[in-house]
Amino acid sequence: MPANAVISLGRRTVMRFIAMVGVVAAMSAAPAHAELQIDITSGNPQPIPIAVTNFAGDNPQAQQTGQNISAVISANLERSGLFRPIEQSKFIQTPEQLRAGPRFADWRLIQAQGLVTGTVTQSPDGRTRIEFRLWDVTTDQQLTGLAYTVQADGWRRVAHIISDAIYKRITGEEGYFDTRVVYIAESGPALQRVKQLAIMDQDGQNHRFLTDGRVLVLTPRFSPSTQEITYLSYFNNRPRVYLFNIDTGRQEVLGDFPGMTFAPRFSPDGNKVIMSLAQGGNTDIYTLDLRTRRQVQLTNHPAIDTAPSYAPDGSKIVFESDRGGTQQLYTMNADGSDVKRITFGSGRYATPVWSPRGDLIAFTRLADGKFYIGVIRPDGTGERLLTEAYHVEGPTWAPNGRVLMFFKERPSGQGGKQRQAKLYSIDLTGFNERQILTPTDASDPAWSPLIP
Amino acid sequence: MNFKIVSLVAVALLATACSSKPEQAATASTAGTTAPAAPAPAAPTGPVPGSAEDFVVNVGDRVFFGFDKSDLTPEATATLDRQAAWLKQYPAVTVTVEGHADERGTREYNLALGERRATSVKNYLTAMGVDAARVNTISYGKERPAVIGSNEAAWTQNRRGVTVIN
Repeated sequence: MPANAVISLGRRTVMRFIAMVGVVAAMSAAPAHAELQIDITSGNPQPIPIAVTNFAGDNPQAQQTGQNISAVISANLERSGLFRPIEQSKFIQTPEQLRAGPRFADWRLIQAQGLVTGTVTQSPDGRTRIEFRLWDVTTDQQLTGLAYTVQADGWRRVAHIISDAIYKRITGEEGYFDTRVVYIAESGPALQRVKQLAIMDQDGQNHRFLTDGRVLVLTPRFSPSTQEITYLSYFNNRPRVYLFNIDTGRQEVLGDFPGMTFAPRFSPDGNKVIMSLAQGGNTDIYTLDLRTRRQVQLTNHPAIDTAPSYAPDGSKIVFESDRGGTQQLYTMNADGSDVKRITFGSGRYATPVWSPRGDLIAFTRLADGKFYIGVIRPDGTGERLLTEAYHVEGPTWAPNGRVLMFFKERPSGQGGKQRQAKLYSIDLTGFNERQILTPTDASDPAWSPLIP
Repeated sequence: MNFKIVSLVAVALLATACSSKPEQAATASTAGTTAPAAPAPAAPTGPVPGSAEDFVVNVGDRVFFGFDKSDLTPEATATLDRQAAWLKQYPAVTVTVEGHADERGTREYNLALGERRATSVKNYLTAMGVDAARVNTISYGKERPAVIGSNEAAWTQNRRGVTVIN
């Protein structure tokens, strides 16, 4: 059970190990009956009141780190809409007192159902050991406990990993906090918009621009390893699909195509990029094998076939085509066979993206002069619209398939002569729509998988 | 062909030098031989024939498309007829046809639609005898609007193919 696992934190490698198995036995009173849990398959659940305490530290620096970790966890849980962190000013028991274990009555008094405690210890070798425990205040029981040893600046990632552990223990679903978002940062007036590739943690921290804005760039998407991005660049006025290596900054054009390539996405195994090629007024779908550089044409139709997205098992592809007269969604096998139309509603359907869980396809729908974000099952049943606006577009899935991010564009400025574009996230059930804060205007978000 | 140039010059002179006879002034400015009796106002020289400005002002650099359409309207083909004639008159000029879409579509589809529109323009020009090697195409989708507005009037101006002199 307490297996050692090595996880990579960026360029660092740290030891992560599951600890406190014995502690659970010592500190928990009785086997749990009604465990603290939340059903997130139903819409708008009551958020769980949770007390996230500052992690205790032996010295001021460790205490500061403990406070930072608590703040990151608390913000993550709050943003999910599933938790309601309780104000720390209401807490009775101090972090130091919590080292000996919670006095559950103190936490029940402030209506906490969940309690997060932890410690930060500086090792002699300069590294930091971070322990945390999640408690069920209703049953006086420890639900989970983990410990991590990281370099001093690794605390933020550990805070996200802890957030994921809490989310998973209580919802039963994988978390999505230890992830990043790549998107297009927009600036300047609407008639001279400057667009840059930008990347940030899912909570907006560690923000950085990857390109300088001199060249128009669009539609970035993560590789499964999260180390590479594929996107469209107008470098030298030749719009082509490129690969960007986040660690090295190296950019590379993908393939040798006779026309504009665009709408790229990685295959689930990361070995291919699927994209559109527009040539002579016709757009079809191709794959490029990143190892052999072999190009394969998957559709051959005089219509516009674009926005391809693989199913997570790689066996099927969803795409949009106007072969039926207007943009609609179609699925096909990975070799291009067995094309099936799956949407038949009024208006247009676009930008399909297959959920990482495989059960749903998110899309943009245009109808009656409005834009919608919705989801539909891969067989074309169960369509649900989650949000609508003057302009919403381009959904991307959190790796757990529970949350979507998209961008919203609205007229702004005098006479509506400017455009404001911002990122938003929304729960799959259509509740908890929230703006994702970015330094500038933003569009074309792509959510990374969980960082390996 | 030169009708527009002449009439533009004449109108300009009428406006700026209302005391002199238009015919005389026009003759003077085009022939450049005799100075007008009165000190001439800064004579509008007009675009240099064969220049990009000449193309924009006297030929018309853009055609417009219907919503989600890439077929050419009679008005568009009339403009492209003039473009083709001009391009044959100046055979050293090469052009890039930009295909654009309005903002009421999704990004990737609009890139494809812009490419369709640019190709539609290119195909017409080449059918009218312009060497295909002189005509490049590029799609900007909805990334480079000509005007900003949340109404059909604005969107109509953005659904366009623009022939740009290289």
